Amino acid sequence: MKMQSTIFGVFATPLPSNLPAIRCEAQGDDWLRLAQGLHASGARLLTVWGADDRDRNGSFRVRAAWLTPEGLVFTEHRIADTEQPSYPSLAELFPTAARMQRAVFDLLGIRATGADMRGWLRHSGWPEDVFPLRRDFDSDQDYPVTSQPYPFVLVEGDGVHEIAVGPVHAGIIEPGHFRFSVVGEKILRLEERLGYTHKGIAKLFQGSSQDLGHRLAARISGDSAVAFSWAWCAALEAVTQTVCPERAIHLRALALEHERVANHLGDLGVLGNDAGFAFGLTQFSRMKEDLLRANADLFGARYLMDFILPGGVGGDLPGYAAAQLLHLYRELEDGVASMRSIYDEHAGIQDRFREAGRLTPDLAEKLGAVGLAARASGIARDLRADHPWAPYDQLAPEVVTQTSGDVAARVQVRFDEIVESLRLCRALLGRSADGLVRANVPPAEPNRTGIGLIEGWRGPVMIALETGPEGTIRWCHAEDPSVQNWPLLEYAVIGNIVPDFPLINKSFNLSYSGQDG
Amino acid sequence: MFDVLSRMVHTGILTETSAGIDGLQKEIRSALGRALCIRHVDAGSCNGCELEIHALNNAYYNLEGMGIQFVASPRHADLLLVTGPVSVNMEEALKRTYEAIPDPKLVVAVGDCGICGGVFGRSYASRGGVANVIPVNQTVPGCPPSPLAILGGILEAITASAAEV
Repeated sequence: MKMQSTIFGVFATPLPSNLPAIRCEAQGDDWLRLAQGLHASGARLLTVWGADDRDRNGSFRVRAAWLTPEGLVFTEHRIADTEQPSYPSLAELFPTAARMQRAVFDLLGIRATGADMRGWLRHSGWPEDVFPLRRDFDSDQDYPVTSQPYPFVLVEGDGVHEIAVGPVHAGIIEPGHFRFSVVGEKILRLEERLGYTHKGIAKLFQGSSQDLGHRLAARISGDSAVAFSWAWCAALEAVTQTVCPERAIHLRALALEHERVANHLGDLGVLGNDAGFAFGLTQFSRMKEDLLRANADLFGARYLMDFILPGGVGGDLPGYAAAQLLHLYRELEDGVASMRSIYDEHAGIQDRFREAGRLTPDLAEKLGAVGLAARASGIARDLRADHPWAPYDQLAPEVVTQTSGDVAARVQVRFDEIVESLRLCRALLGRSADGLVRANVPPAEPNRTGIGLIEGWRGPVMIALETGPEGTIRWCHAEDPSVQNWPLLEYAVIGNIVPDFPLINKSFNLSYSGQDG
Repeated sequence: MFDVLSRMVHTGILTETSAGIDGLQKEIRSALGRALCIRHVDAGSCNGCELEIHALNNAYYNLEGMGIQFVASPRHADLLLVTGPVSVNMEEALKRTYEAIPDPKLVVAVGDCGICGGVFGRSYASRGGVANVIPVNQTVPGCPPSPLAILGGILEAITASAAEV
């Protein structure tokens, strides 16, 4: 981003990040005025979070990050420490803000005025007047669970009834609750209730060591371990002005593309299975396993946990890696191409995929869809192409889109992205030279803020952090693209039948753990 | 249809007889003598362990070929496989699932989180390891543990319980 001095009349300064980013303080009316300006210019809200800064200046802060065509905009708004600290809600401009603001209240006790006030992350595990992210919170206190009812929105009408599903689902899946209001088999309304896997990650980051944060980041959502650990390291490296060796950067991108391909392969198999085609699951899970075994052999871990470290990566690939990987990529390409023609020509599968769970481009745009789901609804956005950080600036990744926004579109985007990712992997192997794989990361100065933003397989993964004294983290906020995309599912299923829900849900494959934090 | 059949023939049978799986299969069969039904509960995991449990059903490990299957209801289960630190928001659901499984029942806690809470530990939001909430027969270390390690943990739980009987 250009070194803009103001954005919509608010003073802004550059912010350390792996892509163009600016930071601004929006006091008083500026908070909403800035949000309105960004909304009118088509910016996408990435996240809203808060912090307890009472030890510094006696106030709380609410923060928001947006993505614009020029880069990331990071805004802070100071809130006085009153009986009921509050700030103007962003949910009318950006619908995705609603749940984020509820989460901010649950953790910090600062309220978005005029917004939905039902608990989101706080179910009944701690009292409603206790706020874990406040600095005076007593971490040693244990609270008993006292079950409380949750007021779902009631749909009334002739023949309308509710189906309650979860939090424990009938499979090997993460927990969450879905409340369907249906007539016969037809879904009139779906309301999600999430937060079941809330593990207090933001609190764990508070005061943690800069040397260990990547381990926690990798476990925010286990299927996006590479994306999150890269985002965390990118934020820390931006703050400390660390330059990673070129070889390490290539290996990071190789790991990120392996993660994308592995997840897409797994999803394509399960989507076939959910459409009644078990053969698809068998074939794709076999290909996924081949890739995971290559990961274990060459990178040291099947899911690449802790491969990316501050300053670089854990180790170089063995000498035989290139030949083995090129052979594997060929096998995967052949397998995927053959399975694609089988899926495409199978009338039964296509009958289930097409028109199911449709999210129109118009709605996707209004709701602020991101990542894979957005690309399947015609929104051609991908950080690897829009704001290419190294090494993507040398690779010219192609953005894959579809316009029909149904399950079939999300399947096709996955097929195309596998092909493109394997092309990138080949290019990366071709470029990779020998050399150092890790640079020394100097201890960060205190009170420095940095952002890491990486296009994971699901969409943009963000880590924002501020350093504290003596190599600690003052606060860290992680955002999984699932937070923006979970509300899309509620719209995509309207008018579909309940038995199609697992298929539609899987076609988005959103993270519960990533959303719950 | 021809493409499907030709791919099946081309793929062949992948179920492994090496790498320790064969031995495990035999031991599991002799310990079980019949089928084992597993109910899985994610009590707050990052989803890493789930991915590896899924892998057990792929053609290489062929869990169902050993007579072990995942079931949709705790009422049908012999063994409860629990992943994750137990989040306070999942504590009640985990207890109720455990209680819904008929006796005698076994519990295997999968992953470092299931053992002690892993990187999440114990906090306002997490009760730590599974044993802090329900009785546990066997644990499987790893982050995430490999499919083979999970299979080994299931076998340990069965053989230990068979020995008690």
